Amino acid sequence: MRALHRKLWRDLWKMKGQAFAIILVIVSGVATFVMLISTMDSLSLTRKRFYQDYGFAEVFASLKRAPESVKYRIASIPGVDQVETRVVADVKLNIEGFNEPVTAKLVSVPDNGKPVLNRIYIKKGRMVEPWKDNEVVVSEAFAAAHRFSPGDRFGAVINGRWKMLDIVGTALSPEFILQVRPGGISPDFKRYAILWMGRDALGTAYNMKGAFNDVVLTVSSGVNTNDILVQVDNLLNWYGGLGSYGRKDQVSHRFLTEEFRQLETSSRIFPVIFIGVATFLLHVVISRTVGTQREQIAGLKAFGYSNLDIGMHYVTMVLLIVLLGVAGGVVVGVWFGKSLGGVYMEFYRFPYLMYELRPAVVISAVWISIASGLVGTLHSVWKGAKLPPAEAMRPEPPAKYRKSVLEHIRLWRVLSQPTRIIIRNIERRPMRSLLTIIGISLSCASMIAATFFQGAVDFMVDVQFKRSQKEDMTVTFIEPTSRKAVYELKGLRGVEHVEVFRSVPARLRFQQRSYRTSIQGIEPGNRLHFLLDTDLKSIDLPPEGIVLADYLGTILGVKPGDMLTVEVLESSKPLRQVPVVGLVKQYIGVMGYMDLSALNRLMKEDRSVSGAYLSVDSLDRPEIYGKLVEMPRVAGTLVREDEIRNFYETQAEALLFFTFVATLLAGTIAFGVVYNSARIALSERSRELASLRVLGYTRTEISYIFLGELALLTLAAIPLGLLIGRGMSAYLAKAIESDLFRIPVLVEPATYSLAATVVVVSACLSGWIVRHRLDHLDLVAVLKTKE
Amino acid sequence: MNHPTVELQTGPSEIDRKIVFKVKGLTKVYGMAELEVHALRGVDLELYEGELVVLLGPSGSGKSTLLNILGGLDTATDGRVTYREKDLTKATEKELTEYRRFHVGFVFQFYNLIPSLTALENVAVVTEISKNPMKPADALAIVGLGERLNHFPAQLSGGEQQRVAIARAVSKNPEVLLCDEPTGALDSATGVVVLEALHRINHELGTTTVIITHNADIAKMSDRVISISNGLISKVTRNTVKIQPREIHW
Repeated sequence: MRALHRKLWRDLWKMKGQAFAIILVIVSGVATFVMLISTMDSLSLTRKRFYQDYGFAEVFASLKRAPESVKYRIASIPGVDQVETRVVADVKLNIEGFNEPVTAKLVSVPDNGKPVLNRIYIKKGRMVEPWKDNEVVVSEAFAAAHRFSPGDRFGAVINGRWKMLDIVGTALSPEFILQVRPGGISPDFKRYAILWMGRDALGTAYNMKGAFNDVVLTVSSGVNTNDILVQVDNLLNWYGGLGSYGRKDQVSHRFLTEEFRQLETSSRIFPVIFIGVATFLLHVVISRTVGTQREQIAGLKAFGYSNLDIGMHYVTMVLLIVLLGVAGGVVVGVWFGKSLGGVYMEFYRFPYLMYELRPAVVISAVWISIASGLVGTLHSVWKGAKLPPAEAMRPEPPAKYRKSVLEHIRLWRVLSQPTRIIIRNIERRPMRSLLTIIGISLSCASMIAATFFQGAVDFMVDVQFKRSQKEDMTVTFIEPTSRKAVYELKGLRGVEHVEVFRSVPARLRFQQRSYRTSIQGIEPGNRLHFLLDTDLKSIDLPPEGIVLADYLGTILGVKPGDMLTVEVLESSKPLRQVPVVGLVKQYIGVMGYMDLSALNRLMKEDRSVSGAYLSVDSLDRPEIYGKLVEMPRVAGTLVREDEIRNFYETQAEALLFFTFVATLLAGTIAFGVVYNSARIALSERSRELASLRVLGYTRTEISYIFLGELALLTLAAIPLGLLIGRGMSAYLAKAIESDLFRIPVLVEPATYSLAATVVVVSACLSGWIVRHRLDHLDLVAVLKTKE
Repeated sequence: MNHPTVELQTGPSEIDRKIVFKVKGLTKVYGMAELEVHALRGVDLELYEGELVVLLGPSGSGKSTLLNILGGLDTATDGRVTYREKDLTKATEKELTEYRRFHVGFVFQFYNLIPSLTALENVAVVTEISKNPMKPADALAIVGLGERLNHFPAQLSGGEQQRVAIARAVSKNPEVLLCDEPTGALDSATGVVVLEALHRINHELGTTTVIITHNADIAKMSDRVISISNGLISKVTRNTVKIQPREIHW
């Protein structure tokens, strides 16, 4: 090997601690990038394959009832490829030993057992035999949650009739990758199931023989889906169509697409921080190395090595560090990515996960890291390489010191000499001190940005489920019914208070924008379900007009006073102009709210309700559940407490994963920055510190001088880091907000404390490692070296 | 311009030998305006093939500056320096690099060895880029360090380090060997060993050797002594009787 290459390896080995710290930071950055992007790619690829292999539909529509012959009219719409009609119904289940409300969506499968579209993946057991009205295939997640296997049974109320159902198989479906029931905030595998039953059996139960109430279809390539939606709506209007929608609005698909967006947003923020810090560290270390090797450079140039030879020597040093970091980062990133994929599989029920790491991702990681490394170091390298040999042979001039700003104030006089050394040293290199502070503060900030979610989500749940919704249960009826239903519910033992509500699906339009959601009609003076303004204070619903979720106002571009066009998608489908009279704070979903009577008038109906909010005595809950299951008009029941508990249970693993990864990564930045600063400072100042030892200073006293500077910089960095972290959290919250949910920009004190603690611990650790070297300064050797 | 009291003593040897370096009106100024330092004020000089020359002068006299310009490490402010027929003062950066690579060997006062390379590797770092080098081990043998090939500079004494530096300088078979205070950091006994190495190389390989020193005793081993003072050559003396390095003490 060439002698110069040996120098390179040995120089790297000599600075292995610093190089390792930088490599760790690069590994963190690249690993985060690879993890996030590869997870996104993997989920996307898995979804695409699952959709392809199982014929996921592109257009969906529900309706009241249409004869089967309408299918052919749909199929004849230009651009429609395949059509499948179905019977779909919401049912209540009764699981033995599980005394909580369970609902399910019951979906028909063709009598030949082979759906054309939205085919199901049988994981265990078999498909139903179409003529058997007691056989079902259940969603695999529900089966796992209740430890069901083919052969087990449970009860169900199907169109008001009680039935025992036999499980013949468990399955997954591209239509239900995410299984969240309407009104829910996260998958609840114990309390919500998807069931598949033969078309004939289901049709008979719901008086749908030779008819359908749900249709899915695919379109030919190149066709504009919106045109198809309009034509399908026009056709199904006659049959009580509730409005068709494309794949992009299908709940399961939509949630996953939002997830991708979040991953992509994160992949743009966090890796940038790490690579930025690595660039700074490389700059400091390499410029220091070139500085201390001036004479070696002079010698090499004296013997005929060109500027380019010298430059390439140090550039190779940089590239080696960067490429080692990238290699490690890719390996760790793949490992994290697969783990993260596993976490996502808890929510998104794919039959398999196709992990993919695109070469483009690795190439991007490589060139971005190399470019950043060179950006941070080329100037110093070139400056050193270009030095005329004669000048390079002259030692660097001694560091310039001058009186600091503080010396002009009285405080200076009370400071000890060691403290003065600390302060003057910080002031001597203001730029480097500032960059060190920024580097450490970024560690703090990234920790906050990665972990603020937990506290913010807690707040979100608190607002949505404790301040806004105080009902213990929400009961929904199969179809809009008279307000007299409230008496039936009030009569149940243990029910303390009942408030009814009306919910209608509607398309809201303002100028050229529109959005499909539901309008909730609430009783005035209600005590269970509150609307909160943007300051989270409860407001009274005006008797006329519509109040919108604040984000919905943004989507539509409306403000109070504007006139909204409301196109109801149910019953007689009235089209009305309704004034917007307020905006309310809502973190989950986007809905409109009206006074119940005003909504009834808009619907031209007589005091109809869709459901009720109940407050109940907790001791009577089990009995109330049982009674509600038996009530024919009740479609389902949601228990608020169960929703919250389930939410935290399902989120727990994901949050733990993210917190763990975030802590690790923030720790590497803090460690990397402080350790490198300490090592460089040590190499620059060993002579000075050794002199102090010779003069009689103890190890503790010189540790104070040396580490005191780093401690001061770390302490200065923390408040800055908290501020930057808050800013980054706000940016992240804004970047991921959507109509599905919005994260409040709320950083809890605990999040700040944890971030500061991680930084302090990392800094202490690196200080402790360096202190070891300080304690073992070879006084004689250091003092012998010429200045 | 030379000082009026210059005593130039020439003899038959200068007429017979080829001129290696020709210096005419060499001036070097550092700094700007009030902070200008006139390191060289118009030096005229000729150096001949195979001779051992000592540049003698006190600290700040300009001898290192002259050596650096002869070696292509620094550039002149005014005047002309030719190496054989090559005008060094008009050479580009690339040409100077080539000149140093193939023609010049340097020895520095503080050795300038690469601490992360062994003695053998410190020599190899030069032979690997030379046209017609000797083997690194052979160069080290010339300076009597055949047994210390795999030692790092930190494991060598000052004298040994300087001898490694000399081996490095001669390993490329340079035509010219320029030594800036090669014994400046060494005690008398060690310095003599170094001087003996330089003397042997000059004598056996015929390398034109220029040694800078402020020590007048060392000057006695040379063919000629060029005294420099205040940026000008004050005197050029030929040693009709040269002493051996081992006879030198300081």
